[in-house]
Amino acid sequence: MNQPLSYWQTFSIVLMRDLKVAVRNKGDVFNPLIFFVIVITLFPLGIGPEGNTLTRIAPGIIWVAALLSALLSLERLFKNDYSDGSLEQMLLSPQPLFIMVFAKVLAHWILTGIPIILAAPLLALLLQLETNAYGAMLATLALGTPILSLIGAIGVALTVGIKKGGVLLSLLILPLYIPVLIFATGAIEAAALGLPYSGHLAIIAALLVGALTLAPFAIGAALRVSTN
Amino acid sequence: MWKWLHPYAKPERSYQLASTLLPWFSVLSITTLLIGIIWALGFAPVDYQQGESYRIIYVHVPAATLSMSVYMAMATAALVSMVWQLKLADAAAAAMAPIGAVLTTIALITGAAWGKPMWGTWWVWDARLTSELILLFLYLGIIALHNAFDDKVLAGRAAGILTLVGVVNIPIIKYSVEWWNTLHQGATISKLDKPSMSTDMLLPLLVNILGFVLMIGAITLIRFRNEVIARNAMRPWVKELIAKELK
Repeated sequence: MNQPLSYWQTFSIVLMRDLKVAVRNKGDVFNPLIFFVIVITLFPLGIGPEGNTLTRIAPGIIWVAALLSALLSLERLFKNDYSDGSLEQMLLSPQPLFIMVFAKVLAHWILTGIPIILAAPLLALLLQLETNAYGAMLATLALGTPILSLIGAIGVALTVGIKKGGVLLSLLILPLYIPVLIFATGAIEAAALGLPYSGHLAIIAALLVGALTLAPFAIGAALRVSTN
Repeated sequence: MWKWLHPYAKPERSYQLASTLLPWFSVLSITTLLIGIIWALGFAPVDYQQGESYRIIYVHVPAATLSMSVYMAMATAALVSMVWQLKLADAAAAAMAPIGAVLTTIALITGAAWGKPMWGTWWVWDARLTSELILLFLYLGIIALHNAFDDKVLAGRAAGILTLVGVVNIPIIKYSVEWWNTLHQGATISKLDKPSMSTDMLLPLLVNILGFVLMIGAITLIRFRNEVIARNAMRPWVKELIAKELK
């Protein structure tokens, strides 16, 4: 009789597996990032290159682009596992679903959230963001992008069994992203004006903690519905 | 204590109960709405500041207040269906979603029509208008998810999860939007002890709200009956019912 896996082992096995799969399909990692860069490039072209306008709308543009690129990359989270059946095996395994779901979402964030955080300062430079807002931008992205992955995973879990789930997914989860967007851009704007923004960060952190505790349950329940 | 409820888990009994209640709700809602609307449009005093145009409040406020209540009712039904595995609760939630969406739309349209003379513009990005719009998006998402599944049992469960996720998010969205911007006049009757509105204007509003509640009840009952019939179309009792109708 094999020794049952500990929670930590389960977690790291699922996490490493997802990271390995992603590293072997590099497009999955880079396409959302390229999308993020292209969307941000479109705004100056559409609005005009005046520095003042760009400075004013830079926080919003960066965050909306981050939301959209998270949305784009989310579908991959469960789709392949669903079509090749490994998702069902995970649900059948004796390990708690909470932990496996958590590992998958963390892998998604490492693969899509972190590249966005790394690329953001460069793009903020293109948008001529106020110099003193860089710290706030990085902090909100670091706290906010995991929320995007967690909430988004609920939507993906609900739509993974549906053939054309992509458009539906955006309809389901974009409204739920609104609080993150509001507080994140609020923090960046406050920082640009030299005002304190720790309150905004505290609220985003609270949203993150709430999402961390509640979302995996919703994701698990949704996966059980989708795989029936 | 709750044993009297058990028979209603059977679709047939719920259908009969809905059929018994429907005429009551219909007659009462039509009467109340008639009284309320005639009173509101004909006899309520003119507002000293906003003139006659304030009368749109008698449609706008009931729709806006109840659009949120319908969501809460839907979330309760979703929770009941998830905890006690009661499939009829899913049918109830499915019956209510489009009603809520329509109420939200009415609230938005009347709000825009009211905003034009008052604020001079059809739309402002004001906190309560915006959260109403987001509520509409949530409703549309739930309806879309419901329609995306062929199997209605699965659809009900998926939509139920989304409804509950939404119910956790609604207060967060509401307060974040409120913090983000506010211009709307304060809630007219949120303070139950001392409303910021004179009694002869308030009474027809309350009558109208009651009328809306009854109307929503009646429409929910109709839609609930349809859902039950559609989900049990192959059952003998439905066939008997149809045979009786055709006779």
